[in-house]
Amino acid sequence: MRKLTWFNVTSLTLGFAFLYLPMVILVIYSFNASKLVTVWAGFSTKWYAELFQNQAFLDAAWVTLRVAVVSSTFATILGTMAAYVMVRAGRFYGRTLFSGMIYAPLVMPEVITGLSLLLLFIGIGLDRGILTIVLAHTTFSMCYVSVVVSSRLVSFDQSLEEAALDLGCSPWQAFRLVTLPIIAPAVISGWLLAFTLSLDDLVIASFTSGPSATTLPMKIWSSVRLGVNPQINALSTIMIAIVTVGVITASLISKRASVRALEDEQAAART
Amino acid sequence: MAQTVFEPWNDPDAKPIIQFKNVTKRFGDFTAIDDLTIDIYEREFFALLGPSGCGKTTMMRMLAGFETPTDGTILLQGKDIAPISPNKRAVNMMFQSYALFPHLSVWENIAFGLKRDKMAKDQIAARVDEMLRLTRLEKFARRKPHQISGGQRQRVALARSLAKAPKLLLLDEPLGALDKKLRQDTQFELMDIQEKTGTTFVIVTHDQEEAMTVASRVAVMDHGKIIQVATPAEIYETPNSTYVADFIGDVNLIEGRAEQDGDKVRVAWAEGQPAIVGTTTRQFDKGQTCHFAIRPEKVAITATKPENIANAVKGKIHDIAYLGNISTYHVALPNGHMIKAQAANNRRLSRRSFTWEDDVWLSWTDTAGVLLER
Repeated sequence: MRKLTWFNVTSLTLGFAFLYLPMVILVIYSFNASKLVTVWAGFSTKWYAELFQNQAFLDAAWVTLRVAVVSSTFATILGTMAAYVMVRAGRFYGRTLFSGMIYAPLVMPEVITGLSLLLLFIGIGLDRGILTIVLAHTTFSMCYVSVVVSSRLVSFDQSLEEAALDLGCSPWQAFRLVTLPIIAPAVISGWLLAFTLSLDDLVIASFTSGPSATTLPMKIWSSVRLGVNPQINALSTIMIAIVTVGVITASLISKRASVRALEDEQAAART
Repeated sequence: MAQTVFEPWNDPDAKPIIQFKNVTKRFGDFTAIDDLTIDIYEREFFALLGPSGCGKTTMMRMLAGFETPTDGTILLQGKDIAPISPNKRAVNMMFQSYALFPHLSVWENIAFGLKRDKMAKDQIAARVDEMLRLTRLEKFARRKPHQISGGQRQRVALARSLAKAPKLLLLDEPLGALDKKLRQDTQFELMDIQEKTGTTFVIVTHDQEEAMTVASRVAVMDHGKIIQVATPAEIYETPNSTYVADFIGDVNLIEGRAEQDGDKVRVAWAEGQPAIVGTTTRQFDKGQTCHFAIRPEKVAITATKPENIANAVKGKIHDIAYLGNISTYHVALPNGHMIKAQAANNRRLSRRSFTWEDDVWLSWTDTAGVLLER
């Protein structure tokens, strides 16, 4: 391994500082005893205790979780279906237009997506609440799912499906018994992506929610406008912890899977 | 001695298992199969041979049900198979890439088709074990496809496609991914399994040696048409065109003008060279352009002019290809024409009779070659 030069060390430090200093400060101040966010007054966990007493935050967290689970599930189903058709249907009239339209929401400004959905819900007279947030999140996150799943399907050997048909499967059985288990990792990571997108979305949720439903990002945003509350720091720290644990677990699982695959290959080479 | 020879194609009473009737398949402007008619009989090992893009894989995919003919009909045991979807056909296919299901073990891969038939559990187990024995895979039943070698994967694919006891098994370049030695062993294994199970096999290949080894009949294809269908020996010894002669094995092709006398034909082919004498059952007009095709191993190479032989020409050795058991000599005639002659290396290399630039005589009998119209 090459030695680290002073230049490398400096760039590394600056880069990481730029990325993580804000979060580190946030985590430190979440343990601050003082109510003032910028003055350190000793270590305390009281904001965490207070946070768990705060019914408004807990309600918002519960709404967010429900929205995220339901919308990412719908988005995964729809996105996988769209990806499957786009990759498999071959050439049909208007294919390029369709695939362009599936990916367009990726680059569409969120404000416009939110506004158009709001106008639609008003137009069809749908009461705004959890349902409308779920619909909105499904709409914008399904294109992310379809991007992830279609990139997996492109490299999927189509003769596997033909083999399943040849052995007596109906097309649906072939999909369920062969295609789906093989592309499952991509479908799951699509679901996780949709879940995270829904979890931290503020703009679209603000447009499409009603008085009965407030998501956690909306709640945080509105409380910060009244002044930063140390409870928010505590809440954010919890979210950072959850995300960190999730990312590390996911990478450990995939690393273990790749190590196992390597061992298997070596075992096969020996026989 | 009387011997029953397996050749149902010569038996007018034999019922073909597959009939292609004027089948045409077009992909846009491209004609993959061009008005093709052929019968394949039960228990045959039928090889479709041709360069890539000749339509052989398309024929196979139409039999499996993944493509439908643009025109014409395909009959399986007398019934049109066009309306039957792939999962309802008594036809199974072994894919070129094997298409083993990576998430299932060897055992589950073989059982996959049986489970779709709603067969009883103990029957499935018995059938899978039988298949594992047939393909000598008992030890690998619990492994996943990526945990076994290429040759074993090939056998799993074969076992899986044979498990449902199809009337017809399609093999798409089944041995393409194996190295030469393993391929040769597997060819004999395939023939053995075909004989044991009595299934009709249709194999697609671009490897002429493979087709010659395994097949009862070979169909040589080009541009969506079948050029010749015959037994391997007939294809090799009496090709019906220069395309077939050239595609199968090595050949010397000499173009000339025919002059027929009974079953003997004299082919005038170059100024200052004696006419080639050949035998034919066809009729050639006087002066008609014809092609004389002769295999290199049927051309003898000697130092002195041989006596009492129909054809003898003198030349100089231009090149020698040493292949171990045999050598191919490229002999240049005075007019610049190159003829290949093959001789067995029955002496050690250092004691070889001929070397580069030697003057030699090439000779062959009047029945050694074939005369072709095109």
